[in-house]
Amino acid sequence: MVGMALPQVAPVETPEIQEVPAEDRPWVTIVWDDPVNLMSYVTWVFQKLFGYSKEKAERLMMDVHTKGKAVVSIGARERMEMDANQLHGYGLWATVDRG
Amino acid sequence: MFRRSGSHCVATFAHDEVRVLRKVAAEVVGLLTDGMDHTDPVVSRLFPDIYPDRPEDSQEFRLYTEGDLKTSKIDQAGAILAALPDEGEGEVRLDGEAAEAWLRAINDARLAMGTRLEINSDTDLGDELDRAVLDDPGSSRVFQLSVYAYLGYLQESLLNALPDIQ
Repeated sequence: MVGMALPQVAPVETPEIQEVPAEDRPWVTIVWDDPVNLMSYVTWVFQKLFGYSKEKAERLMMDVHTKGKAVVSIGARERMEMDANQLHGYGLWATVDRG
Repeated sequence: MFRRSGSHCVATFAHDEVRVLRKVAAEVVGLLTDGMDHTDPVVSRLFPDIYPDRPEDSQEFRLYTEGDLKTSKIDQAGAILAALPDEGEGEVRLDGEAAEAWLRAINDARLAMGTRLEINSDTDLGDELDRAVLDDPGSSRVFQLSVYAYLGYLQESLLNALPDIQ
């Protein structure tokens, strides 16, 4: 949107920016970087477990590797707990949090 | 190291490799069956808290899930023991399911060893091994680091030998 002209007419009402209440926000599964897991293994786990394409799995793996963590799935709390538990089965360091 | 043969991943292991792999897999099984100590960094790495800031929720979740997780980790280490010759050298042929169990089990073993060896993101395994050899070539640390490095190569070779997922 950079470079767009400013609106000529001010909007009648300023839209209210509403904070989504915490209880309505979806939950997320986070995978954390660790010094042992091979990059190729982490990519394989994301493909295998979530059915992600190789490109998406590699992108997520690189996020984990370079940023220290990445959100790998989003949804209901129970679903995220199941994802994290399965990731623990593969030896990835996963936690659950509110998005 | 593993290679692809038809729909299988195949490797020929020398006598020493068979012995080391059996030892490593048996150690993982031992760690998981001897009444786990959650203050042990290896155990907390293999069974991380699902809610790092909420110990009670993590504990409650653990209550429902840890038994199954532990069983599956023991089973996957068992898959290594089941596929290897009892002793001596030999060939191992893994179908897709067995290859997955091996990958997961090798990973658990590397996590356990890496935690004990205090591997961190700055560790250069080659430098670490050189240092340990200079210190004492016959030390257990030299052996552990060599096995850890070997398992990394083995895991990578198995990943490369797998059929593509898509």
